[in-house]
Amino acid sequence: MSDIDLRLHVWRQPKRDAAGKFVTYEVKKVSVHASFLEMLDILNEQLTTKGEEPVAFDHDCREGICGSCALMINGRPHGGKKATTVCQLHMRFYKSGDEIWIEPWRASAFPVIKDLCVDRSAFDRVIAAGGFITANNGSAPDANDVLVPKEQADRAMDAAACIGCGACVAACPNGSAMLFTAAKLSHMHHLPQGQPERARRTLAMVTAMDAAGFGDCSNHYECEAACPKDISRDVIAELNRDYAKASFAHREHAAKSDGA
Amino acid sequence: MKLESRSPTGPIAEAWSRAKFEMKLVNPANKRKYKVIVVGSGLAGGSAAATLAELGYDVACFCFQDSPRRAHSIAAQGGINAAKNYQNDGDSVYRLFYDTVKGGDFRSRESNVHRLAEVSVDIIDQCAAMGVPFAREYGGTLANRSFGGAQVSRTFYARGQTGQQLLLGVYAALERQIGAGKVKMFPRTELLDVVVEDGRAKGIVVRDLVTGAITSHSAHAVILATGGYGNAFFLSTNAKGCNVTATYRAYKKGAGFANPCFTQIHPTCIPVSGDYQSKLTLMSESLRNDGRVWVPKNATDAAKRPGDIADDARDYYLERKYPAFGNLSPRDIASRAAKEQCDDGRGVGPGGRGVYLDFRDAIKRDGKDKIAEKYGNLFEMYERITGEDPYKLPMRIYPAVHYTMGGLWVDYHLQTTIQGLFCLGEANFSDHGANRLGASALMQGLADGYFIISYTLGNYLAGIDAKSLGETTGAAFKTSETEVKGKLDKLLGIRGKRSVDSFHKELGHAMWEDCGMARSKESLERAIGKIQTLREEFWKDVTVQGTTDSFNQSLEKAGRVADFLEFSELLCKDALVREESCGGHFRVEHQMEGEAKRDDANFCHAAVWEYTGEGNAPTRHTEPLVFENVKLATRSYK
Repeated sequence: MSDIDLRLHVWRQPKRDAAGKFVTYEVKKVSVHASFLEMLDILNEQLTTKGEEPVAFDHDCREGICGSCALMINGRPHGGKKATTVCQLHMRFYKSGDEIWIEPWRASAFPVIKDLCVDRSAFDRVIAAGGFITANNGSAPDANDVLVPKEQADRAMDAAACIGCGACVAACPNGSAMLFTAAKLSHMHHLPQGQPERARRTLAMVTAMDAAGFGDCSNHYECEAACPKDISRDVIAELNRDYAKASFAHREHAAKSDGA
Repeated sequence: MKLESRSPTGPIAEAWSRAKFEMKLVNPANKRKYKVIVVGSGLAGGSAAATLAELGYDVACFCFQDSPRRAHSIAAQGGINAAKNYQNDGDSVYRLFYDTVKGGDFRSRESNVHRLAEVSVDIIDQCAAMGVPFAREYGGTLANRSFGGAQVSRTFYARGQTGQQLLLGVYAALERQIGAGKVKMFPRTELLDVVVEDGRAKGIVVRDLVTGAITSHSAHAVILATGGYGNAFFLSTNAKGCNVTATYRAYKKGAGFANPCFTQIHPTCIPVSGDYQSKLTLMSESLRNDGRVWVPKNATDAAKRPGDIADDARDYYLERKYPAFGNLSPRDIASRAAKEQCDDGRGVGPGGRGVYLDFRDAIKRDGKDKIAEKYGNLFEMYERITGEDPYKLPMRIYPAVHYTMGGLWVDYHLQTTIQGLFCLGEANFSDHGANRLGASALMQGLADGYFIISYTLGNYLAGIDAKSLGETTGAAFKTSETEVKGKLDKLLGIRGKRSVDSFHKELGHAMWEDCGMARSKESLERAIGKIQTLREEFWKDVTVQGTTDSFNQSLEKAGRVADFLEFSELLCKDALVREESCGGHFRVEHQMEGEAKRDDANFCHAAVWEYTGEGNAPTRHTEPLVFENVKLATRSYK
């Protein structure tokens, strides 16, 4: 068994404000060693040579790190294989005769641009609001002057592994970006360099997340199950604690400012 | 074409300090009056855009991806070099400089490389301050690993995702400036032309990839940080979107293109599995710290299961041929050695194009947990792609196109042969000569963007009037826009029978076969012939669906492949003229006992190509390379 035949139901939508629909395609003799995106390449070659417009989908590195690819496959972000982006999903997990439904991310904060491509700029706005450490170039001390315990560096790295693909949002019944936002906060808050702006960063990013149109978290944890980088839901608990503390600190600070 | 390197004279150790002092400055209050365009948002472009905005310049940054966080720097795995000597193992700025010049097979400019080694230490400090979660020792200090071509441990890393973490640091700094209104970001926007007037870069023409709109943007200076051209080979470790378009179109506007034939083939990639394959995946070179590379001694064993091949029937050929560096031999040498074994019929896996990278001994020595901690995510990646468990079976690897050392020629200020047009990172040619050492690409991208361009760009801008901003309604921009639109319409108008990808694959195949790991006069002439035929056929028979005024991925690809079809010929021409073997450029006519044989008498120079118009042969200029510090010597890793 090295080749399989598939029936695909692919979401086609010409542009942002147009209506979309599923269109059915047959793809034959796909090698089981091909990746899911290579299977779509084969479909697009077929469409192109027939004179039809190929299916638009985002992809770039095809090695699971850039976070471009974003497909809902049979209702599961990235196809539902544990810790795997769709570019790393291989056709050996499908069998001949399978029907596959392929959709874009569905979330109001991620409008469809065309077919399977969505606009994820809302994530960039959340980062721009506070997902950084203010350290102008040239102002850094020697890297070994600030010690970072290995356990903390490892925790920071666990959270920093997020690739910003948006699977967490797509998986969430509320379209919440809590896992994404909390992962960035957790990364920075496990490091000494992240402490000075901790409260400010938390408040700014949560505010930006709400403003971008993401929903609230109601603890379904579908995000964790869908995350191709295995980001733990623990980061959400960290965010909630930080947010409560930051809200207090901010109120106190505001009160003092008023009195001055 | 004038090639003035503007390298500082005098002792090399103080050269950069002296050059910085001599550079003109722009008054803090005046910086905001200068508009700077940065194309590309990877380590070089992103760090340049953020740093220039921090300084107060008015910055616009463009990338074709949907977010600056997705630039291909993100895929770098192994690490970033810096001469910190934290390991007390004899490292120094001079040693990093020496290793890089030697590793590049004496085809880089000494002054640039020394500066790179010097600022490498600042990069680590800056990245740590910005929250890059580098690997740490239990005491909290930074950890290091070893990499190919060096006998010291100077590589800093963040698991197998160093490029990702460095890029996310750059991206955070960039987003901070975007949020502060200091950088205007244009994602999903592709450069289609550089506008040059009176010998100076005045701006760019771009296409909005969502709406298809063609617009002009003017600036006092333009910085290209658009990466390498490895995708000329179709199959490479580059992301699918990586392309030569920005640098090639700058070349057509008068920027010299240097050493296009210096391409790097990385020894440790997952082998090709079939003709549907769209890209190749790298397995970090860091794996060679603990993995041992071997093939069976006898070709008759090649089809056997690796576990059934006894130790004394295995040929650990890198350890055998290069005992001093062993499995950590530089990339060009390790790649050619793998090809030799496979050509000898001892390759393993489908088609016999593979060698083993075996962790059996390391697992036995350190335990599975220790190996998993170091390389866990790489092992998982390998298993996802191949369906084989590298804890039990050795990995199968084979060389693949990975990086391009050639690029736009730049002087010491990183300025191209066009005034006001600068080029950073992989897109320029400056620091790696004919071969790049592992963990040096991240170093160079960040050196250029964080610590060099801020000085050299200021020096340029201080000499020009802030009121000299070009009008995007002027003739130069309008002519450019018309040309760009004409080309897009032409691509859509052909309505032939063959897809863009089919041309790209055929081009890549020709390049790999005839201009890959081994090149000869005969193969290069054959490649040039094939490319010319293919290009003609492309413009007659390609089919591109959709329209120009909409989101159209086929059209994007068509434009890039059209440029590859022209650029690849230049690459082969450069390889044909360079009658020597050096670094990644191996001419079979020039070897000694199977090793590359350099010809310093005739080729100790950078070759810089000048565009002379459609249908005309480009002119080859040279910048002589002078080695005053590192003595020209035959590279030996034995």
